[in-house]
Amino acid sequence: MASNPFQQAVSAGSVTKPPSRGDYSSDTLFRSVAYGSAFLIIILMAYILWEIGGQALPAMQKYGFGFITGIGWNPGKEEFGILPEIWGTLYSSLLALLIGGVFGISIAIFLTQDFIEARLAVVFRTIVELLAAIPSVVYGLWGIYILIPALRPIANFLHEHLGFIPFFGSELSGPGMAPAALVLAIMILPTVAAISVDAFRRIPYKVKEAAFGMGTTRWEAILKVMLPTASSGILAALVLGFGRALGETMALAMLIGNVDQISLSIFSPANTLASLLASNFPEAGTLEVQSLMYAAMALLVITLLVNVAGLAIQQYTVRKFEGKK
Amino acid sequence: MSTTNPPLSSATTLVKDYNLQRQPLEYRAMKSIFLTGMTWAMAILASVPLFSVIYMLVIKGGTRINWETLTALPPAGFEMGGGFGNAIIGTLVMVVIASAISVPFGTLAAVYLGVFDPNSRTATLSRFLAKTLTGFPSILAGVFVYSILVIKFGYSALAGGISLAVLMLPTVVLAAEEAMRQVPQRMKDAAYGMGCTRSQVIWKVVLPTGMPGILTGVMLAVAGAAGESAPLLFTALFSNYYISEVMEPTASLSILIYNFSAMPFDNQIELAWTASLVLVLIVLIFNILARLLGRAKV
Amino acid sequence: MKFLPSLKVAAIAACLSAAMVTSSTAFADEVKLTGSGASFPFPIYSKWFKDFSAAHSDIRVDYQSKGSGAGIQDFTNKTVDFAASDAAMSDEELAKAGNKAILLPMTAGEVVLVYNLDGVSDLKLPRDVYPEIFAGKITKWNDPKIAAANPDAKLPDQAITVVTRADSSGTSFVFTSHLAAISDDFKKAVGEGNKSPSWPATDKFVKAPKNDGIAATIKQTPGSIGYVEYGFAKLSGWKSIAQLENKAGKYVPAGAESGAAALASTDFPTGKLPSSEVPDLRAWATDPAGEAAYPIASYTWMIFYPEQDAAKAKALREVVEYGLTTGQKSADELGYIPLPEKVVAKVREVSQMIK
Repeated sequence: MASNPFQQAVSAGSVTKPPSRGDYSSDTLFRSVAYGSAFLIIILMAYILWEIGGQALPAMQKYGFGFITGIGWNPGKEEFGILPEIWGTLYSSLLALLIGGVFGISIAIFLTQDFIEARLAVVFRTIVELLAAIPSVVYGLWGIYILIPALRPIANFLHEHLGFIPFFGSELSGPGMAPAALVLAIMILPTVAAISVDAFRRIPYKVKEAAFGMGTTRWEAILKVMLPTASSGILAALVLGFGRALGETMALAMLIGNVDQISLSIFSPANTLASLLASNFPEAGTLEVQSLMYAAMALLVITLLVNVAGLAIQQYTVRKFEGKK
Repeated sequence: MSTTNPPLSSATTLVKDYNLQRQPLEYRAMKSIFLTGMTWAMAILASVPLFSVIYMLVIKGGTRINWETLTALPPAGFEMGGGFGNAIIGTLVMVVIASAISVPFGTLAAVYLGVFDPNSRTATLSRFLAKTLTGFPSILAGVFVYSILVIKFGYSALAGGISLAVLMLPTVVLAAEEAMRQVPQRMKDAAYGMGCTRSQVIWKVVLPTGMPGILTGVMLAVAGAAGESAPLLFTALFSNYYISEVMEPTASLSILIYNFSAMPFDNQIELAWTASLVLVLIVLIFNILARLLGRAKV
Repeated sequence: MKFLPSLKVAAIAACLSAAMVTSSTAFADEVKLTGSGASFPFPIYSKWFKDFSAAHSDIRVDYQSKGSGAGIQDFTNKTVDFAASDAAMSDEELAKAGNKAILLPMTAGEVVLVYNLDGVSDLKLPRDVYPEIFAGKITKWNDPKIAAANPDAKLPDQAITVVTRADSSGTSFVFTSHLAAISDDFKKAVGEGNKSPSWPATDKFVKAPKNDGIAATIKQTPGSIGYVEYGFAKLSGWKSIAQLENKAGKYVPAGAESGAAALASTDFPTGKLPSSEVPDLRAWATDPAGEAAYPIASYTWMIFYPEQDAAKAKALREVVEYGLTTGQKSADELGYIPLPEKVVAKVREVSQMIK
């Protein structure tokens, strides 16, 4: 019996009220579904490890740790070793992350910090995101037909004049580490740029205005204020980019030369775990399939270790830029 | 006019000695100009290969875009003409299946990881494993789905969609989590203050605000998945005909490109380039649609 | 709710798929056959199957190339109706498939050496030279042995870049089997016939995936040489194909006649496949005799189940018959070798065992 106007308003639903019974149950339901989804990721990973690990087990028992340190992939003689592939994976992905990361972040800064008109920035950003859609086969073909011929004169120049530096120690005879790393960098650039752009756009205006109000130049504002604020998003972008670089198969298979050797020179051909898998899996016999699964487990372990390192870096930057939590 | 001015305050005295106009030759300003120049240079340098790839695609693929190419079936051997209509439908079907699986699950998981309980053990482990999954080689996703689905049920578009979903999941989860974590705390507090349950805060405040970031993640994941060929070789195989049911081998643009680019026939090589261009255009259309539909209402 | 748009899209797509399913009742009685395997015969098989399906309104045949090994895997896992392999099936692979397989050679091809050497056309490589190049023993183009066989050519003082297959392949198997058969040096350096040979690991040996990868790499790399399938080279219009010296000492260009001559010199084994009633049709021409024979040629096989659904079995027998008759006519123009008559008869006879 509400003559009280507040009671009337509440029963009419036009004023905020505490959650009803239905609200509570749908809340619990939603939370459990969300928890289940997060848990699903753990289950999925466990299932994958079980499937692949199960297939890899016979090879692990047969070759043990020598598999990781061995060199040469020989199905005929049943001798397998993946050390050159591990080297190639890490070297190419790190190079690609360095180049792609630096360029990606600078493009993100370019697009969000008022260097060009807003509409032009939207167009440019859409084009960059589209590059993520180009199939890796096309990147491989672009690399073979356009990048390698363009790179050859530069590579020969560097080799002739600076050949004493181990990085330029050999000739570019076609596919090699440099074209592969460059194409990888171009492939991860859209990912890094797009997510960094989002990270920058999330920064509230007042932060930028406060910096300018204190008299910073444009670049002091960017380097000392915007970049640290967006650092967690940029780190997420780099993690995704690096992951893509580690797992890239088709384009690398066409551009890295697929030779089992370890060399510091960026112009020699090399091999990576993912392209080894892609090249050999279709024709592999039983023992070779098991060894390839073993190599896949090694790749997963490497990704894991890299992410542990990434976590450590993240803890450090978060503490440095956002204060101890 | 009195000859003696009243004493000015110290602040204005100091200010009179400083020139507040921008001095381009000052050290800090020069640093800024230099860095701006570097950024322009890097943007242009990065654009060169980017536009070179797009240019190559457009030049080599653009000549064959016509109604026949978009609707006809793939040619074999020396046949002229032909197209890849079945591949377009196949790619669309498999990408829709993959998105229908990975987007809901990924966003829900990200909701848990980013908002509900970011520091719990489940969340930390899940986040770490999602990051590890980003490096999963695409061929392994195909082999994994092959061993759990294809051996029992045969090649199908469904298996293809599931393998693409496995590849899309990490990107969606990580980008969405990042987007939702960055929603300002005061907005969430305001919602709590009005009596919302945690789910209502998510639905009505966090998700709409974080939508651009979530969409970026989804778009990147879809773009990457649409172009993958290795997993589809082991899950959806290929077909030279239009798809009639979800549980049979299905054509796709990426496998068509994989097949035709290795052929010595000019007709098929041309079609491979056109297919690449069409793939990029499809992703562009999705991109524009998603941005239009999902604008953040803040 | 912001998921509404994506839900709408999903709903539309689901309706489209449902519409297609319901509209496909016309195909309900069709026999659909799916096969996978070697990439070498992909051009000719896809032509055969497309023409066959067009001529038969109730049968539809599809083939996807993923590699002989993957095709054999599919066959063993029973995920396809038939498979194709350049290296037939070894005894171990047959055992894994329960020794229930019928191997039928359906066509054949040759492996050629293509090269990129400015100003040198018609390169002749003697029998003791080309294995050495691929074993890494002969490393320069102006090596005296090459010069002796090509007195008119201006061979540069350049290192030979050897391009090989990055992916395991039946073509590598055929090529290395031949090289190991004619050169002990090669057998010691690289090994016997192998789908994934262990080439010397130097900077001058690079790998590229599939035929087009090798062709593209050679086109872009001056001073390189590599091996591709003859059909691929012929159809891409490659001019610089090396001429190889065969067992009889003659330099023979690749082609249908020289390939047929090479196959004519080999006979099928007389026995049956292990633990099975099916005749063994696995024959290898690793070093063909005969004046007009091209040195490197090989059959490619299709693999069938001896027992399956009756309608499918009938359709498969019709497909084989088509391949043996109308199909052989398109072999030459696509760069394959038409099967000799006696082989066609034998294959026809064995194909009746597909039930």
